[in-house]
Amino acid sequence: MADEKPTPQTDEEFLRRRRRRSIAIALALAALVVIFYAITVVKLGPEVLVREI
Amino acid sequence: MAYADDHRETSAASFGQVEDYLALLKPRVMSLVVFTGIVGMLVAPGGIHPVIGFIAILCIAIGAGASGALNMWYDADIDAVMSRTLNRPIPSGRVTRDEALFFGITLSAFSVVVLGLAANWLAAGLLAFTIFFYAVVYTMWLKRSTPQNIVIGGAAGAFPPMIGWAAVTGSVSIDALILFMIIFLWTPPHFWALALYKKGDYQAAGIPMLPNVAGELVTQNQIVIYTVLLTLTAFGPVLTGLVGWFYAVPATLLGVGFSVLAVRLRFSEGKEMKRRARVLFAYSLSYLFVLFVALLADVGLIKWFGVL
Repeated sequence: MADEKPTPQTDEEFLRRRRRRSIAIALALAALVVIFYAITVVKLGPEVLVREI
Repeated sequence: MAYADDHRETSAASFGQVEDYLALLKPRVMSLVVFTGIVGMLVAPGGIHPVIGFIAILCIAIGAGASGALNMWYDADIDAVMSRTLNRPIPSGRVTRDEALFFGITLSAFSVVVLGLAANWLAAGLLAFTIFFYAVVYTMWLKRSTPQNIVIGGAAGAFPPMIGWAAVTGSVSIDALILFMIIFLWTPPHFWALALYKKGDYQAAGIPMLPNVAGELVTQNQIVIYTVLLTLTAFGPVLTGLVGWFYAVPATLLGVGFSVLAVRLRFSEGKEMKRRARVLFAYSLSYLFVLFVALLADVGLIKWFGVL
């Protein structure tokens, strides 16, 4: 990082960095989905299926 | 130069690498926060669901990282003149200030809300207060205005074990407060040791660190005072009955070692003083790490293995 130029010198390099940033954001959003799903499951617990009609 | 600055400030497109954005989170500070947060969580009475515990630690880490990004957004000007911080993403031109600001705000909001939903809103409130304290009270206000900057700002770094504790118990007890005090009192000797051998850097940046404002001798004295207070406070968890001898013995040895190094630093000057300051800085990091490992080991041996 430190040895690379701060600003991309070519269009290809610019596109490559943008693509990697997009992938990182996608992974972060996917992780957020998993986290909310996990919280929901844990908070509900097994008792959610035990109920009177 | 003017052209380069204008370009950075007005550039609409991002061109940083993923690693540059991760560097905004101050990963090394984050690792200490994660560690002390985990210990606070594990030594707290009662239990927490492992999934919730993991998410809570993640939120504490992201929240701490977000405050790091906000710190780098605000401090870009002084980071650019200090050798230690010159290569950070903003001063080196890889990330714009606006990007760091919105990155920090977004992560702050998400970490606080998710912690509140997963654990409880006391823990979330403490995390929000920590971010506010570090980004606004310390970075924007105290850091540039008073030589007591790191004493009061150190409170931000002292909150993580208390947040971990609150995530489990939903409350803040005297033990949680003692863990807070240990890190709070540890921060001044730790940072003033750094400030003693990086004095020139802080001078150049115009930050009023204690050695620059009050002189080296005052700093050396203050280091001794805080180190002794820290060593005494480290016995707090023994007095409250949270831990026993398995923690007390290493805490004593570590505290005596810390105090001896602080006193030896007090009675040295010139190059020898800078060398001893480096030694104390390195020691202080291992001190906190080993102390918290001992805390965890003591509680863990009783709680999970039924020994001691």
